[in-house]
Amino acid sequence: MKRHVWRPLFVVVGMVVVILLFRLLYVPDDFGSQDRGYTFGYHRLSNEQEWKDYPAKYQDSSYCSGCHEDKSESVGASGHAMIPCENCHGAAFNHPEDPETLTIDRSRELCIRCHSELYMPSSGRNDIPGIDPSQHNAGIECSDCHNPHNPSLEDM
Amino acid sequence: MKRRDFLKSTAVFVSGAAVSLSALELIDPQELLAANPELRWGFLVNTHNCVGCGFCVKACKTENDIPMNANVTRTWVERYVITKDGEVVMDTPKGALNGFTNKQLDQNKSGMRDIPDADVAQAFFVPKLCNHCDTPACVQVCPVGATYQTKDGAVLVDRKWCIGCGYCIMGCPYGVRFFHPEEHVADKCTFCYHRISNGGDTACAQACPFDARQIGNLRDPNDPVAKAVMNQRVGVLRDEYGTKPQVFYLGLSKEVR
Amino acid sequence: MVEQVAQMVVHGEAWTLKDLFVLPNEYVYWSIQIVMYPYMTGLVAGAFVLSSLYHVFGVEKLKEIARFALVFSFALLPVAMMPLMLHLMQPLRGINVLMTPHFTSAISAFGIVFMTYACIVAAEIWFVYREFIVDSVHRLSAKTDRSAYESVLLLVYKVISLGAMDTSKEALVSDHKAVKFLAGLGIPVACFLHGYAGFIFGSVKANALWMTPLMPVIFICSAVVSGIALCIVSYYIFMEVRKWAAKRGKNVLLPDGLAHGSAAVDYEHLRSVQEHEVKMTSKYLLIFMTLALTLEVLDMIFRGYTAVKSWDILRDVLFEHDFTKIFIMQYGIGNVLPFIMLLLPGVTVRRAALASVMVLFGVFMMRWNVVIGGQAFSLTFNGFMHYHLPIIPHDLETFKEGFFGAMLVISTPFVLFYFLNMIFPAFMVDKEESHH
Repeated sequence: MKRHVWRPLFVVVGMVVVILLFRLLYVPDDFGSQDRGYTFGYHRLSNEQEWKDYPAKYQDSSYCSGCHEDKSESVGASGHAMIPCENCHGAAFNHPEDPETLTIDRSRELCIRCHSELYMPSSGRNDIPGIDPSQHNAGIECSDCHNPHNPSLEDM
Repeated sequence: MKRRDFLKSTAVFVSGAAVSLSALELIDPQELLAANPELRWGFLVNTHNCVGCGFCVKACKTENDIPMNANVTRTWVERYVITKDGEVVMDTPKGALNGFTNKQLDQNKSGMRDIPDADVAQAFFVPKLCNHCDTPACVQVCPVGATYQTKDGAVLVDRKWCIGCGYCIMGCPYGVRFFHPEEHVADKCTFCYHRISNGGDTACAQACPFDARQIGNLRDPNDPVAKAVMNQRVGVLRDEYGTKPQVFYLGLSKEVR
Repeated sequence: MVEQVAQMVVHGEAWTLKDLFVLPNEYVYWSIQIVMYPYMTGLVAGAFVLSSLYHVFGVEKLKEIARFALVFSFALLPVAMMPLMLHLMQPLRGINVLMTPHFTSAISAFGIVFMTYACIVAAEIWFVYREFIVDSVHRLSAKTDRSAYESVLLLVYKVISLGAMDTSKEALVSDHKAVKFLAGLGIPVACFLHGYAGFIFGSVKANALWMTPLMPVIFICSAVVSGIALCIVSYYIFMEVRKWAAKRGKNVLLPDGLAHGSAAVDYEHLRSVQEHEVKMTSKYLLIFMTLALTLEVLDMIFRGYTAVKSWDILRDVLFEHDFTKIFIMQYGIGNVLPFIMLLLPGVTVRRAALASVMVLFGVFMMRWNVVIGGQAFSLTFNGFMHYHLPIIPHDLETFKEGFFGAMLVISTPFVLFYFLNMIFPAFMVDKEESHH
């Protein structure tokens, strides 16, 4: 064989070297097989921390009762005791600093999430008092009659 | 210590050391550790408790910045209505972002389906989310190592490394993955990794008024989720794919897909 | 508060129409460009296999079309990558596949296999054309009144000669051996390149239609079929153009002065070469078509016979929703009709070319029915997704993953071939040949 036949191979080897050098610069140092091995754990390690640092929006109801003790007590005595504050009041973020006030969702759409009557035997939905939203005082907000913190009209 | 005991324990020690040394050669110690860490996140869904309010979906979207007006979601709730004829009708309007407020079932192109109460034999809700499988098919098929599983079992996506090929979306048997409409990379439930890693609860579990959703450590025998998985009859979704899903369901029915 | 804001269209929503019960995140995520991708890689692999039939197995009858097929497969190569780049949500990160390959994924091999294959084809072309390259350097250097075009050409030839100017008899024998070796090496790599494209689909266990170990083999067979068919069609067209020009005493697609003899532009000669090559090649087309069809039908029979859980929905898709696309367009127009056309006695060049066009269409429909058909039903097996190819683009997404994006992909190899043909004349006839 004549020597010249190897020339394309030299070009290819040169390309491979360039790619490998570029790879050295391009791939982050912490990229590799982590705890779950190559099949399930091949990744950039610092990404785990990035996800841990993702900003949270919701606090929880105990955070709310730290200041609004009266409110959490009143709702706590009602049939709505199990509903977390933020479901209606919105995610707290860093309230009261940021945002200073929360926007309360008083809409019918919120209430009928649970109280629109559906026939759901073998589901907890059947145990919740339900109405037909198109028949039951359509057009006005539920909170005009019902106090969300004490919803039963008999108790009012 | 008696001489015989000493010899015996020495023999045990030597043979034990030999065995563990040979094990080191074959198995990566990190893999060994991962096989039995102290923490493995798992999730329990109690379908009996779910009322289909969809607060979990809304909370998830808020917490994880998934646009409310985009028809993709990290978690959703399905409604199953089984008629007395044995027909199974299902729907999940907008993934139940606004809950279930309509008696009619949304059949997409086929329109709304009305089933009279008298025909209904069973009806219930099933919340869905990423199963954070032990052998996740989505991770296996990622060509660049952009999606992975952490030591404690969470399956995450590296938003800076994902090329957006969609192979993981195709590979997931549960349909939990989608393209984030703003980030333009694959996205999925993280078990609210930022919350649970810092001692919190997932946004969906916290928003659920009826304790239908719970997250816990499957390795802690005192954990309520671990206890339920251990002591009660739980089911998982589509285990025929060999993905070993880690979201367990109480009250799972054969109709649930 | 249900916020009344404009809906944000998520990826896939623009062309997916859901019916019955479909999970919220399910869309046709793999659309037209993923149909184009196996189609184009199939054409590359098929064209290369055709050229190898001559170079490796010494099928002398395919000599003329082999050279053309080789250059054409090189023109098709970059195009195999185009659909992927048009499909990726983050095209700039496409390089990650090469940087951090995760080999448990079928896609990860793409970068490496693709580049290996590109190197093999490039090297083979280099050896096939080396003598011509050296001649061209000498001829253009000798010319005193070079035009700008010729100067550029000279520079190109000087660079790609890699400084190997030896055209002695031994050197040419070495070239010939290298061609044979590379063509032989190229066949398994070409099959791997395309077989793994089949593996990408066949290994998705979540997809009831895709998951079958036959998928890679079916893909390879249909790849060879489509590659040969494309070579027949384009060879026919290019030769028609050359014949048309030759009648008018012109010489096209073989640059003036680069021809080694006037015989190459003689009308009768062109006609006989064209007829011979097209007829011969169509025989090989028949063989591979039989193989491809057998496997596809076997797959379908097997699914129906075993009738596992997914069969109910697959049957709906195959025999109702996609019946026209599968049984009329793919099997009818794309397989049975051309099969008969090629088998009936007295095959003419025109009939063979027409049959090849139908075969090309059939293979395209096969890709479509696999890729789109696999996403036509929900993971719940209780709903369907209808795909509507975006024709008129209204944003970048519907352009890239729409009709015009596909047209861009289809037309690019011909443009590339036009330029590549300037450097490596695909219709060149060997020196000693033309003197006969």
